[in-house]
Amino acid sequence: MDMTLLVALPIILPLLFGAVSLTLLKNHKAQRWLAVIGTFSILLAACALMWHCQQHGIIVLEVGSWPAPFGIVLVADLLSAIMVLLAAITGVATALYSLKTVLTRFERFGYYPLLHLLLAGVNGAFLTGDIFNLYVWFEVLLVASFALLIQGGERAQMEGAIKYVTLNLLSSALFLTAIGLLYGLVGSLNMADIAQRLTQVEDQRMVTVVAMLFLIAFSIKAAAFPLFFWLPASYHTPQVAVSAIFAGLLTKVGVYALYRVFTLIFNSEVEFTHNILLWMAVLTMLTGVLGAAAQFEVRRILSFHIISQIGYMMLGLALYTPLALIGGVFYIMHHIIVKANLFLVAGLIYRLRGSFELKRLGGLYKDHPGLAVLFLIPALSLAGVPPLSGFFAKFILIKAGVEAHAWWAVGIALLVGLLTLYSMMKIWNEVFWKAVPSPAPAIPAPGGNGLLYCITGSLAAMTIAIGLFAEPIYQLAQQAATQLLNPQLYINAVLGAD
Amino acid sequence: MTTLMAILIGCLYAAAIYMMLRRSVVKLVIGLILLSNGANLLIFTAAGLQRGVPPLIDKGQQMIAGAAADPLAQALILTAIVISFGVLAFAVVLIHRACEVVQTDDMNEMKGTD
Repeated sequence: MDMTLLVALPIILPLLFGAVSLTLLKNHKAQRWLAVIGTFSILLAACALMWHCQQHGIIVLEVGSWPAPFGIVLVADLLSAIMVLLAAITGVATALYSLKTVLTRFERFGYYPLLHLLLAGVNGAFLTGDIFNLYVWFEVLLVASFALLIQGGERAQMEGAIKYVTLNLLSSALFLTAIGLLYGLVGSLNMADIAQRLTQVEDQRMVTVVAMLFLIAFSIKAAAFPLFFWLPASYHTPQVAVSAIFAGLLTKVGVYALYRVFTLIFNSEVEFTHNILLWMAVLTMLTGVLGAAAQFEVRRILSFHIISQIGYMMLGLALYTPLALIGGVFYIMHHIIVKANLFLVAGLIYRLRGSFELKRLGGLYKDHPGLAVLFLIPALSLAGVPPLSGFFAKFILIKAGVEAHAWWAVGIALLVGLLTLYSMMKIWNEVFWKAVPSPAPAIPAPGGNGLLYCITGSLAAMTIAIGLFAEPIYQLAQQAATQLLNPQLYINAVLGAD
Repeated sequence: MTTLMAILIGCLYAAAIYMMLRRSVVKLVIGLILLSNGANLLIFTAAGLQRGVPPLIDKGQQMIAGAAADPLAQALILTAIVISFGVLAFAVVLIHRACEVVQTDDMNEMKGTD
């Protein structure tokens, strides 16, 4: 088999399994099996892609053999491969978790086909090398996420969905505007070709204007300050499995797009663009964590923490030094696993106690010490306690900040880490440590929690593993950052060295 | 012609943002429709307006001689129209369901999740 076809597999597989799953809509058992087999096959493909990327460098597939820059290309550099692998891990965890938690009536309305479609959209966005194709994949994943978000049709879901849909469509329209202006400037859609041609554009001010449009469009998708309001309004409303995959993946597609565009295409006016990014990163961290401090519902607290963590990832891009980019990539790897896991644990809490409200929960440490440990590992990792994955992620970023003399950013990053710890301890105290509030809530006690424990346990094990074996992960992030800082590698791989 | 189109696009964007800032969810969706139409026209204009020169290569030639309309921009718009049609159809159904569930079309009443 031609090795470059491997790049298309993470997109083709979920589309294929989604289509088959859709034809078997009535057969719930088949759908569940397809979800498990489908996500595991994506995981295998993602691992193979990762391995090839490390061995052979950037892999490029010219779709339909139309040569770049005329046809659409799929490009897998290390950052893309890492993102696809993380998406695959989250996909497997969510699919397995869904087996026990998703109600039959949602399965009847196409839960599993939508899950496949969502993964296809996410992987497509990570792998495409064409800016308009990126827009198309964004829409694919958005449509799937819209439908997943409102399954259930409750009032809160409707209210949240209107904000989610509106702001994401606004962001898509701005993205499309930016693509139109960029195409008018350089006459190309291939990202490598755009990067090359932009240096020859005379009016560099226009380039910066377009860069700002991309920044706004992707910042809305990434839920960065001040454009994050759709996220805390909607992420706590759907089923837990949906919340988990949204929390793990969707905002990270926005972050990935920022990383791609602001390293490959808009890298000429770094003092201006990346300075704005730095301020946005700092304010995102701060507002997210302060928002979380004011919440008393587990999933809402976690939603606000997504925002503050996005700030750290943007900080890595904003500082734009080799070490900062390593830190940013490391942070993304750590964050996706931890965040999805925290939502899955929140789902377990709900299964055992029937509530997400802090004041109605309590005493879980006594009754379910295993769950308490499973919560504590990702929670402490999120706050950055050694030796878990979050410690090294934060450490690299803060060291990069010190080296770049960005003292304000460093100070706030440290403060936000502390406040994150406060938030996590708030959940710990209220949910696990304090006595059961009286009158004791009715406990539904559904069976089949063993599989759910296994899933969250595996993700927690990954968090520990990233912390204990930080060196190989660091080297991987370093290789990815080296590629990001040398866009010529990407350009040569796509257009051929000349 | 380009100037005229630029003014028209600007008006569409302005009207769209104005409609989106209204309290009614129906006007919100109208705003979204105007916005996507504005974006499509913008791609059309930014790619360069040409009249009566279809991008056809003469027999025996390898390239188009002289100026021609850009077919790629039109392909982009076609794709964008199809996508926005699907997404907006979803948005219309969503606000219909939301109005049924929440019993109002006022955005200010829909802040239970904020």
